[in-house]
Amino acid sequence: MRELFRRQPKFTPSGDDDLRSNLPDDLWVKCPKCGELTYHKEHLRALRVCVRCGHHFRLSAQERIELLADVDSFEEWDAGVTTADPLGFVADGEAYLDKIRLTGRKSRLPEALISGKLQIDGRPAAVVVTDFAFLGASMGAVYGEKLARACERAVDEQMPLLTVSASGGARMQEGLFSLMQMAKTTAALSRLGDARLAHISLLTDPCYGGVTASYATVADVILAEPGALIGFAGPRVIEQITRQKLPPGFQTAEFLLSHGMIDIVAPRQSLTSTISTLLSLYAAPEPARKPQRRRRLETVELATASAREDRSDA
Amino acid sequence: MLDTETRSPWDRVLLARHANRPHTLSFIRGLCDEFVELHGDRTAGDDPAMIGGLARFRGRTVIVVGHQKGESTRENLERNFGMAHPEGYRKALRLMRQAEKFSMPLLAFIDTPGADPGLESEEHGQAFAIAANVFGMTNLRIPTLSVVIGEGGSGGALAIGVADRVLMLENAIYSVASPEACAAIVWKDASRAPDAAAAMRVSAVDLLEFGLIDEMIAESPAAHEDPQATIAATGDAIERNLAEIEAIWKRGPSGERELLDARYAKYRAMGRWQEETTSLVASLTLVTT
Repeated sequence: MRELFRRQPKFTPSGDDDLRSNLPDDLWVKCPKCGELTYHKEHLRALRVCVRCGHHFRLSAQERIELLADVDSFEEWDAGVTTADPLGFVADGEAYLDKIRLTGRKSRLPEALISGKLQIDGRPAAVVVTDFAFLGASMGAVYGEKLARACERAVDEQMPLLTVSASGGARMQEGLFSLMQMAKTTAALSRLGDARLAHISLLTDPCYGGVTASYATVADVILAEPGALIGFAGPRVIEQITRQKLPPGFQTAEFLLSHGMIDIVAPRQSLTSTISTLLSLYAAPEPARKPQRRRRLETVELATASAREDRSDA
Repeated sequence: MLDTETRSPWDRVLLARHANRPHTLSFIRGLCDEFVELHGDRTAGDDPAMIGGLARFRGRTVIVVGHQKGESTRENLERNFGMAHPEGYRKALRLMRQAEKFSMPLLAFIDTPGADPGLESEEHGQAFAIAANVFGMTNLRIPTLSVVIGEGGSGGALAIGVADRVLMLENAIYSVASPEACAAIVWKDASRAPDAAAAMRVSAVDLLEFGLIDEMIAESPAAHEDPQATIAATGDAIERNLAEIEAIWKRGPSGERELLDARYAKYRAMGRWQEETTSLVASLTLVTT
C-alpha cells in the first residue's frame, strides 16, 4: 500500500518541488476553524480531527485508503489510465496537459481519482477515492472511466462499491466530455444495482457540482463527514446570483441530514466501523468476523498539512 | 446574417440565447396535434421553468418534457429564465416514469442556462434531483430522444438529456458550464466568456465530431429569423430518429434489451484518455470514443 504512489515515478517530486523538504513534519498543526495548535503526531493520532473543536481536516486519497483498508489489503486498479486533451484546451498560454503535469508533480498524484479493491475487517469491496489536491478533484474522462471500470469489476467479482468523494465538480478543460461522465458513471452504477450489490457513498469536504449531481448521490447509503460542505452550486455563486445571505451551517453535512438528503453524519473516529457494519449487513449471512488491524495515519508518509489545505484551482 | 462557416463560438452563444428563438412550447405547439400540460412534482410544488405533459406527435402519444424560457421579461421572471428547480426535475422524472408505464416514447427539449443556483433549490436537493434524473434516464425502458434547441447548460440540461438519440440545432450550444462560469473558474474573470466558449468547443459541429451528440439539425436561416422552418426541420429529424429506435423497441423484450444496451454502450464509451499498455516497453495509446 505504501508503494501506491511510488509506482508512478514520473509524479515523484524532486529537488525544489518537494514540499516536504521545506516544511518538516514535526511542527504544530493549526486548526483553521478554532486556531488550536496541535502537535503533528497527536494530530495524526486523532486522524486529522481537531482535538478541541472536532474540525475534520481534509485527507489525501492515500490517507483515506490507509484509514479504511485492512493493512496491505489495498490493490490499485487502472493506474495507467491518464489524462488526454480532446479539445486542445489552452488558457492564458497554458496547455491543459502542461497544467496536468504541473498538478501531478505538486500533488504527487496521477489523476484526481484512485480506484481499486480493499478489505475492511476482512470484507472485500471495490473502492474509489478522490483527492482534492489534484485540480480540485474535478471529474474528467479519467475519473469517469476509472469509476465505470470499478463498477464493472465490482460486478465481476461480486463486491459492493465504496465511493469517497470530494470534488469541485466537472473538469472545465474537457468540456462536454466531462459532463457526460455524469451519465457514464450513473449508468455503470445501474449495472451494480442490477447485480444487487450495494453502493455506499461517503461525501467529504468539499463536494459540489457534477459529482454531487451524479454517482455520489445515487447510492444505497449516503454518509458524510461532520462539517463537510456539500451542494450543487457553491456558496459564492449563490450569493453572487441571488444576493441572498446564506444562513449559518448552510450546505454542511448536518444541514443535509436535517433536510433529508443524506443518511448519516459519520465522525472519522467511528467511520471505518460504521462502513464495516454496513458492509456486513448488506452481505449474505455469515459467521462473525473479528476487527482487523489497520495502519495508523502517523505511519503513512504524509505531505504537510499546510500543503493539503491549499485549495487547488479547478 | 453571418455565414454558417464564419460564425465564432461566441456568435453561437448569442444566437442560442436570442430572445426571438423558438422555445419549447413553440416546438410542442408546432409539432404536436394535442398537448395537455401536466403539473407538479407531487411533493412540494410546480416549476414553471420545466414543463411537461401528454402530446400526440405524428400519430403516436408521447410524453414531452422541456425547459421553458419566457417570451417576455415578465414571463422570463416567472419562468426563472428556464433555470429549473428540484421540483421541475422531479416533475420531469414523474412524467418519464409515466411514459414507461404506458409504453410511450419520451421527447425532451433542452433550453436552459443551467439549473437554478438558489438557496431554496439547495435546501430542496438540487444535486440529488438532477442525479436521480440522470440515473433514471440511463435505464428508462422506452425509446428516448432529446433535442438541444437553445442553451444546453451543464447538469441542468443533462437532467433531461440522457437519451437514445440526442439531436442539436445548428446554433444551439451545449456545455459543461456556461461560458461565463468556465471563464470565472479557469481565467478567474467572467468577462473572458468568449474565450471560454471557444476553448470548450460548445457548438453542434464540434460535438457531433466528438460523438457526444447524434445528429445536428441545420438552421437555414437561423431559428430566430424563420422559427417555422426550424421547427419543421426539427419535427422531421425527430420523426426519422424516433422511427428507428421504435423499430428496435417494438420487437419486444429483446428489442428493449437491445435499446438499453446500446444506450449504455454509447455513454460508457464517452471520454478520451491515454493508457499505458502492460508490455515491458511502456507505450502510450490514445483511446478514443
